[in-house]
Amino acid sequence: MTENEVSKLILDIIHDIAPDEDLSDVKPEVRLRDQLDLDSMDFLDIVMELRKRHQIEVPEAEYMELSTLAGCVKYLRPKFEAKAAARA
Amino acid sequence: MSILSPTAATAPSELIKKRPKLLTAERLKGTKDRYDLIVIGSGLAGLTVANRLGRDGHSVLLLEQHYNFGGMATWFKRQNGHIFDISLHGFPVGMIKTCRKYWTKEIADSIVPLKSIRFDNPQFSLQTTFDREDFTRILTQKFEISPENVAGFFDFARSMNFYDDQKLTTRELFQRFFPDRTDVWRLLMEPIAYANGSTLDDPAITYGIVFSNFMSKGVYTFQGGTDLLIKSMKAELHKNGVDVRNYAQVEQILVEGGRAVGVVVNGQRISARAVLSNANVKNTILDLVGEEHFAPEYVAEAKGVRMNSSSTQVYLGLRRGETLPFIGELFFTSTHPTFDSEALTALECTSRTYSFYYPEIRPGTDRYAIVASINSNYRDWADMSDEDYLRWKERYAEDAIRSLERYLPDVRAKVEHVEVATPRTFKFFTQHALATSFGTKFEGLKVSQDLPKQLPGLFHAGSVGIIMSGWLGAANYGVIVANEVDRYLRGAPDAVAKETA
Ligand SMILES: Cc1cc2nc3c(=O)[nH]c(=O)nc-3n(C[C@H](O)[C@H](O)[C@H](O)COP(=O)(O)OP(=O)(O)OC[C@H]3O[C@@H](n4cnc5c(N)ncnc54)[C@H](O)[C@@H]3O)c2cc1C
Repeated sequence: MTENEVSKLILDIIHDIAPDEDLSDVKPEVRLRDQLDLDSMDFLDIVMELRKRHQIEVPEAEYMELSTLAGCVKYLRPKFEAKAAARA
Repeated sequence: MSILSPTAATAPSELIKKRPKLLTAERLKGTKDRYDLIVIGSGLAGLTVANRLGRDGHSVLLLEQHYNFGGMATWFKRQNGHIFDISLHGFPVGMIKTCRKYWTKEIADSIVPLKSIRFDNPQFSLQTTFDREDFTRILTQKFEISPENVAGFFDFARSMNFYDDQKLTTRELFQRFFPDRTDVWRLLMEPIAYANGSTLDDPAITYGIVFSNFMSKGVYTFQGGTDLLIKSMKAELHKNGVDVRNYAQVEQILVEGGRAVGVVVNGQRISARAVLSNANVKNTILDLVGEEHFAPEYVAEAKGVRMNSSSTQVYLGLRRGETLPFIGELFFTSTHPTFDSEALTALECTSRTYSFYYPEIRPGTDRYAIVASINSNYRDWADMSDEDYLRWKERYAEDAIRSLERYLPDVRAKVEHVEVATPRTFKFFTQHALATSFGTKFEGLKVSQDLPKQLPGLFHAGSVGIIMSGWLGAANYGVIVANEVDRYLRGAPDAVAKETA
């Protein structure tokens, strides 16, 4: 799975959680909550969607890994790949 | 003749007699034998959990012991077209986003700001839009506090979070920024005390968190009234496949093999993979489950949880055709010399908040209503004789009208319906320990959060810890706990494969 594909899956989730946000120019290294109107409840929703859509569990202690888009990709990509490998 | 309008429902004792006949197995007709989740109680936390998880494909049964759904987010109707809201005085702006995300756009779009909030007490009389800018204006111009000091206080309150020092009290926080300025303390504290029952001796972090939520962008209300809100929520629950039942009293939470596995409701057993209680946290642990299922240290902790105050309310319905001039929607009044948490809840009442409901609150109607709210202690009311009880209710009604006459001299003649709800009334309708209106003190949050660690499969969501209280706090806490329940349901050993989006 490429970084771009992972990034797209994450942006899909954010789009559903915050439909009014413009996601066309999200800067990977800037904290998501500094460029989008996201609060801690939104991050909870991201965690719930990852579980529901992709069966990926993010323990509470690791929520901060999701603070930037680049961080999300780095942290989640191995998890996505492990899921894909398990399915294959 | 009594000042109170003749109505059986003013005395919960009439309703208490009728109850056993209403809580029947018939209410549960058509329920399944087993659900993913049973939610006990339909307060805003219970409703929000049920909707969130129902929408995500879990099978959910919601059980409410009362006729109406909504818990303390409720209303009642009386003869001649009177309608009264119980807890629609106002909530923070964050409710818009919460409703948009976890309910519907229509619900979120009906949330509108209050225009004017007033104070009148021996220390000051003023009017505000209740946001940071306006508070800064008042504090610097009227109270002559330096702008740096005001900004310092706001920034400090905003920066406070859960992990900060819990020893610092709100009194010490005020003393640090506004030494001995009890007028400033009053402005900053009185509305919060009415919003969540907290006192100057509660941890400053609870104040900081609530304050920065509540006072930064004004106070909001729901256009259409509480009845429309709950009706819309019920429709959404149906849409999302949640099975909702009223007059359904949960008597027991069933435990097997160290896990919560269902409930007994109206004498009938229903199984579930998880149970979430929106009932009072103490009732949940000590009554619905029972101490024997928990570690003794946890039971001791639960028993030590203190409750916030209860409420008394006086409802005044104006005769059809009568009107009120606009004098603001929320009016904090007091004759007590300073802000004093003890005096605020004393039976000898000196402080009350009036909510004025103009026709705009329910577009299409032409009616006016006034609700006076008073913070009260359940213990002061619980053991009164019937005669004393009636006498105190009459006195509260009379005082609420008389005190209002200072601002609206002709109001008495316009009032047609007069009714009083007391801590006893709230106890009857919500079954909360000590009839608390605003849940538990700070320590209750930890006990609530630890519940699933103590008894897997059992969760609690509802007003706890001061910060998770009020409409927004309860709904948001529901969302937070829904995430835990979802994790449990999807990870539990007997998890059935869930549909993926
Ligand atoms: C007078 C008053 C004024 C208020 N004003 C405001 C305000 O202006 N703004 C604001 O934001 N908040 C206000 N609040 C607080 C706010 O209403 C509450 O914090 C919030 O509604 C609580 O929601 P909850 O989810 O904790 O549950 P609750 O509303 O406490 O509901 C719990 C539900 O569980 C049910 N239940 C309990 N036990 C059982 C059982 N064994 N079986 C079945 N059902 C059961 C109860 O019947 C109830 O419906 C006010 C409260 C009061 C009392």
